[in-house]
Amino acid sequence: MATVTNEQVYQRVVETLASFGPEADQITRESTFEELDIDSLDLVELAQVVEDEYGVVLKGEDMKQLSTVGDAVDMIVTRAE
Amino acid sequence: MKRRVVITGLGAVTPLGVGADALHGRWAAGEVGIVDGAGACSDFEPKDHLSVKEVRRLDRFSQLALVAAGEALEQAGWDGELPYDSLRVGCVVATGIGGIETVETQHDVMRDRGAERVSPLGIPQYMPNAAAAAVSMKYGLQGQMYGVVSACSSGGHAVGSALRMIQYDDADAVVVGGAEATLTAFGFACFNALQALSPTGISRPFDRRRDGFVMGEGAGFLVLEEAEAAQARGATILAEVAGYGSTADAHHLTAPDPSGTPAARAIELALRDAGLKPSDVAYVNAHGTSTELNDAAETAALKRAFGEEQAKRIPVSSTKSAIGHLLGAAGAVEAVATTLTLTTGVIAPTLGYEEPDPDLDLDYVPGEARPLRAANGGPPIALSNSFAFGGHNVSLVFKGVS
Repeated sequence: MATVTNEQVYQRVVETLASFGPEADQITRESTFEELDIDSLDLVELAQVVEDEYGVVLKGEDMKQLSTVGDAVDMIVTRAE
Repeated sequence: MKRRVVITGLGAVTPLGVGADALHGRWAAGEVGIVDGAGACSDFEPKDHLSVKEVRRLDRFSQLALVAAGEALEQAGWDGELPYDSLRVGCVVATGIGGIETVETQHDVMRDRGAERVSPLGIPQYMPNAAAAAVSMKYGLQGQMYGVVSACSSGGHAVGSALRMIQYDDADAVVVGGAEATLTAFGFACFNALQALSPTGISRPFDRRRDGFVMGEGAGFLVLEEAEAAQARGATILAEVAGYGSTADAHHLTAPDPSGTPAARAIELALRDAGLKPSDVAYVNAHGTSTELNDAAETAALKRAFGEEQAKRIPVSSTKSAIGHLLGAAGAVEAVATTLTLTTGVIAPTLGYEEPDPDLDLDYVPGEARPLRAANGGPPIALSNSFAFGGHNVSLVFKGVS
């Protein structure tokens, strides 16, 4: 598959998270899911979007390691390569 | 002696608008919220009342519940802080069906995109207890909390369960209501297959021309508090929930027992629970669905419970003539309407009732609203009935403030 840049993935993740409730301008790479009020159900939905877009499968145990938006973006980019 | 239970807050979202006052005020003014054979809450825009997260995470029936509950809590004066230990505040929310729109949407996702694309929010959105959970979570209600399911009597059962919870000292207050949102393609298909819906799209309970019910959506909520605690905190008391009775027909899956015997028994039990007699009743808010069988069986039940002559003296009107049948929400919405009848002293009419059925000979309040007159010199007493597919019968007794 075509290489995806970290920035592209970041933008897509921000867009997806923003549709779950937090304002897009609240979200940074350093934002924790906890402070954005993003819970495990939201992360399962995020994983579905990520799989559709990038073919990257994120399981529950993968998600447990993630605490910030940046963590999620980095994991998706690494797996997509 | 049983603890007494009073109503301190009301909320409603119905086809007559957002707000409890719109429900009773517009109904009493003769307005009908039914358009093209459906009672849709077309004034209700979820994002005007709820956060992005709430809108996204809740099926429409829970959205309606949250808004109606919010109105009731505001009227009760529970602004942000609970006036009771949160573990002593219950939450009971009725629905007949639950999140059918979510079921349909997610079933489409599964069919079109595969089982693994179904949303993790599917179950938490469509489970019938989702509205109860949403209200409990939003307001921090940590006492007994559950959904109640008995089709079109769910709302009545919810109010009865909440009454018992406080009467028996399991809670000091209960936020209770009902919510339904089934105006979907599948919802109409199923009810149409049963031939339960009015082909003319007109809700005219007790009229000779009645030909089925009109499906509606919405939610109704009440804040109930133990009477002394409510008085002690200086709450405005709207009315008392004085009695509850419930039975089952054990007769047929969808048709009521035509004799009205078990339904009459529910009415008698509710009056006994309230320590009242038939001659005390000043108004009956009927289940009155506009189906041939219900309206006949309910009339028979009222005559059986009150005695023929007494039954003919009591005004009986149906909220469903203005908003259609809100299924699992109906009993709760009608409890709100009945309470408002007591607080305003105005009996709203059975709209559309023009041609009497020769077999149905009670006073169905044709034409216009009329003043409520207490029967025996004391505070006015009103009864609200709910019956349902499955053979459920519920009757609630409300007492006005003198």
